[in-house]
Amino acid sequence: MNDLRELYQEMIIDHGRRPRNFRALADADHDAQGFNPLCGDKVTVYLKLDDDTVRDISFQGSGCAISTASASLMTETLKGKTLAQAQALFEKFHRLVTGENEDAAAPELGKLTALGGVRDYPIRVKCATLAWHTLKAALKGYREVVSTE
Amino acid sequence: MSTGIARNATTPATAAAYDVERVRRDFPALRQQVHGHPLIYLDNAATTQKPQAVMDALQRFYLEECSNIHRGVHYLSQQATEDYEATRSKARRFLNARQNREILFVRGTTEALNLVAHSFARPRLRSGDEVLITHMEHHSNIVPWQILCQETGARLRVAPINDAGELIVEEFEKLLGPRTRVVSLAYVSNALGTINPVRELVRMAHARNVPVVLDGAQAAPHLKVDVQELDCDFFTLSGHKMYAPTGIGVLYGKAELLEEMPPYQGGGDMIRSVTFEKTLYNELPFKFEAGTPNIAGTIGLGAAMDYLEELGRENIAAYEQELLDYGTRALSRVPGLRMIGTAREKAAVLSFDLPGVHPHDVGTILDREGIAVRTGHHCAQPVMDRFGVPATSRASLGVYNTREELDALAAGLRKVTEIFGR
Repeated sequence: MNDLRELYQEMIIDHGRRPRNFRALADADHDAQGFNPLCGDKVTVYLKLDDDTVRDISFQGSGCAISTASASLMTETLKGKTLAQAQALFEKFHRLVTGENEDAAAPELGKLTALGGVRDYPIRVKCATLAWHTLKAALKGYREVVSTE
Repeated sequence: MSTGIARNATTPATAAAYDVERVRRDFPALRQQVHGHPLIYLDNAATTQKPQAVMDALQRFYLEECSNIHRGVHYLSQQATEDYEATRSKARRFLNARQNREILFVRGTTEALNLVAHSFARPRLRSGDEVLITHMEHHSNIVPWQILCQETGARLRVAPINDAGELIVEEFEKLLGPRTRVVSLAYVSNALGTINPVRELVRMAHARNVPVVLDGAQAAPHLKVDVQELDCDFFTLSGHKMYAPTGIGVLYGKAELLEEMPPYQGGGDMIRSVTFEKTLYNELPFKFEAGTPNIAGTIGLGAAMDYLEELGRENIAAYEQELLDYGTRALSRVPGLRMIGTAREKAAVLSFDLPGVHPHDVGTILDREGIAVRTGHHCAQPVMDRFGVPATSRASLGVYNTREELDALAAGLRKVTEIFGR
């Protein structure tokens, strides 16, 4: 039960149930769709850039608590960040959820550390990173669906 | 061989005659712990665990009589050929087919359905003809027909299901039209557990001279199957869903149909003579068994069929039905749980949705309790769309499951609702 509480922290349950920035962005200048064929999770990430700063970011889709909370926390975290900062955060976040990061509590990750419990559930890493991979695809300007496979 | 039913048991098919604790002892995999809990394996519709008898048969083949079949004059090859062909006889009895040559060994139901689509249906289809399936099919009984329709210009028609997950028989009958060339449907739905009234459906189709293919992957482990009584034209099963190894299955076909059909694959063993000008094909069933087959798997399948016959297939059906009723009641007491698939005639499948909790999260939490269920679309995405869910959680039962395990499942689900703060 305790390790489950580590995975399903209050913040995950909260963001999973009431995701923030959960809407389409009418004036988005970048967007992409992500899909995890293993579990059917779907996410669309919308982005509005101001030069290389994230002015607005949102998402829509359906998925498990982990993927929904991860997408929600990602949008909260990245608003106002530069693309370089976003890229650096993704790398740190990826190391956090795959357990490669000894220094898991990197302060710049902020609320994203709530997803640290995923490291004990390798099968769920794709849930936690789907939104981030989709964001990356959006920034590359790809309009096609990306896959976690 | 030790099984849950004494060999000389002549008791009627009652669940009372069924000693599940003895059955459990035949399955070494059930003795393990998962995340500190005894394994509760409820993913039998995906694949079943294997009894010791099946493992022994595999081992005996590889350790004592490993050789190729149908061609060696030496001792080992004769032994292996004998055991391989003995399984054909077992499969004939298991399905009550008329003749051994109506039993083809294939990789599983997927290959069987592809074989029928390719060798039986393809030559009969013209542009504008129709193939009829149902809304509850597994992807393996949708995609081969879609491919075939694309190639031939035929049309795929889909008979609808109701809110309980039952085929709407009147609609099915209406869709049997003058252009219908073949019907292919599941005997038992993998995602919903629905048992289709196949005898009635076969009769309807035959009244219009339409042949019927039955996907029996989920029926063979649970029900006594009699292909002569059903009068289906083809029947498929997958060994690994009925306690046999992976990679082996059976396609039954009526001899007169198989005779007419061109081979599915070319190669060794399926020929009578080969020159560069002309090849004469072998007789049934070998015409459809090109190349060295899965000999060990076939022998393992034979052992699994023996095992199920010894337990008594009516006993199994009665026991599982009782378990299903018990599980249905246990899950109905979990707050908010919605059962997906509530057909009157059901095999031992409990598919459900916990509103507000994604099945993937349900699966992870149950896993930590040592409980294995399937979460996802169960290779039946159209069924998920029909019920307006992206996925479900599914507990599917087998010969070794118990009431206590279903109580543990219900308790695990209460834990899920607790974690998600409902």
